[in-house]
Amino acid sequence: MTAEITANNVHDLAPADLVAPDRVAGRIYTDPEIFELEMARIFERTWVWVAHDSELPGPGTFKSTHVGRQPVIVTRDRQGVLRTMLNRCRHRGASVCERKTGRANGFTCPYHAWSYGLDGSLRGLPYPDGYAGVMDRSGMGLKQLRTESYGGMVFATFAEDAEPLAEFLGDARTWIDRFMKQGGGYPVKVLGTHRFRFSGNWKIQLENTTDGYHFPIVHRSWMASVDAETADMMSFMTDPEAITHDLGNGHSVMQMVPEHSDLDADDGSEKLQDRFNDLISQLESAGVDQAEIRRLVRAMHGTGFNLNLFPNVSMSISFFRVLRPISVGETEIEHIAIGPDGPPEITGPVNRERLRAHEHFQGPFGFGTPDDAEGWDRVQRGTAAAPEMPIMVNRGLGREKPSLQGWPTSHVTDETGMRAAYEKWKRMMCDD
Amino acid sequence: MTDLQTPAALGDVRVSRAIELVWREADLLDRKDYATWQGLYADDGVYVIPIDHDAEQFDDVLNMVYDDRRMRRLRVNRMTEGYAIAAVDSATTVRTVSRFVPTAVTDTEVSVRAAQVLVAYKRGKHDLWAADVDYTVRLGAEDTIARKVIRLVNSEDAVPAAGFLL
Repeated sequence: MTAEITANNVHDLAPADLVAPDRVAGRIYTDPEIFELEMARIFERTWVWVAHDSELPGPGTFKSTHVGRQPVIVTRDRQGVLRTMLNRCRHRGASVCERKTGRANGFTCPYHAWSYGLDGSLRGLPYPDGYAGVMDRSGMGLKQLRTESYGGMVFATFAEDAEPLAEFLGDARTWIDRFMKQGGGYPVKVLGTHRFRFSGNWKIQLENTTDGYHFPIVHRSWMASVDAETADMMSFMTDPEAITHDLGNGHSVMQMVPEHSDLDADDGSEKLQDRFNDLISQLESAGVDQAEIRRLVRAMHGTGFNLNLFPNVSMSISFFRVLRPISVGETEIEHIAIGPDGPPEITGPVNRERLRAHEHFQGPFGFGTPDDAEGWDRVQRGTAAAPEMPIMVNRGLGREKPSLQGWPTSHVTDETGMRAAYEKWKRMMCDD
Repeated sequence: MTDLQTPAALGDVRVSRAIELVWREADLLDRKDYATWQGLYADDGVYVIPIDHDAEQFDDVLNMVYDDRRMRRLRVNRMTEGYAIAAVDSATTVRTVSRFVPTAVTDTEVSVRAAQVLVAYKRGKHDLWAADVDYTVRLGAEDTIARKVIRLVNSEDAVPAAGFLL
């Protein structure tokens, strides 16, 4: 049982004791020592999202990113195997790749030209006679992380003993499958990435992707800028069908537009929005049949939910939102636009429309993101006050009930998803 | 004795008209007079902040901003109507636009590229926004901006979320 948190004991309590079922102490946003522990106990122990399959379209392609604070390279090697490796030369520690994405035969350290294959193996080094009898080259490849994928989502972990990814994702897998249906019959691919930083703790972003409560308040400006049909679609505050499930393992799904949770479920009664009339005409001109047009256009809105995967990725409606902790008070966010990967005459017009919709809300100059970031900055500034004072995550506790599947469930504006994430956080941050 | 080269650019009234409009725009943006600002643009004018620093086509790629007249109008509403908490409490900005290089000059249109250094101050922190900027100014009874592309030096990296315009 968690002890009462007071101003006198807040700095002495173990991190796990700062999280109760309905509240968390403000100190978990502001304490640099807790941040260090989070990197070691969460980001270096669990599965962390690193890429989407489409970002590594063929052998020799790579993406550089991070697992927690550690720089990594994700590659598809010559055999097509996905690998994640530390972006750190085994000789004297220099980074071996400073490009975000690309195609390569391997990676050569610029400092002393140690060269590595796409599979991370050490292929060569200059003047090798100096190492005769000193070093077994076979053990000096780039350090590898376990890498597994599900539904095109690629994850890596430092933990050799971590459960298989499929087990880690558990019931979230059904929702990943549903999310990918927004390809409208085509695979989903990455179209582009917005990147921005905010001055706040990473968990503020983790909470936000399952915070339906803030939407009409923080995003009033965006709501005022879209057509009435879209504003109506996102008016879920009093819709009893709009619900959030705790899927276990820290994952949750927040269904804001439940009629779009499974895009295959279409009884034909939903009218396609007028704003897509030009797109529909273009698709008709390209000879696309009406059923496919309907699939593609209904999927323009993405799916009707945010699937939040602990600790660093949310599959949010129509894009991926990826968080990267920089320090206790700074976080980097990527908003990755996605769309169907098909013949250009069909998916070209669809993706142009999707890109414009993404720009409208997301990214550092979107009509939504800067307002989110302002809210998050203010949380970080405010929680400098009274580290013992709780951050409340109790909304909807009184109406939370198990769904038919056994998932703790409450209204979409409730804090069920945050409670799910903090329960996982607490387990991972325990001393034992 | 050395012959001074003719100062072709600044001596050209067409170019100096374009530069004056660029400075006027910079001043309006620093003063956040967005309603007047949008009036500087041609009806078919575009305002772009690309992610790819070198992009010339913006339709099929993700940009930070890619505004036509309609989106500019919506954006100005957003910045001024009082609902957007990022705009209500936005950073104070001071920008300098200089290092002009004319790239195409006719009697009806002038294109220049320039450097913009913008400092944004908010809550004890200064953010630096450095960019190459392309402008196309259409000359007429009233000169208008037909194209502005702000190519941030760090466009492919993380930038702060902004409550103002570049």
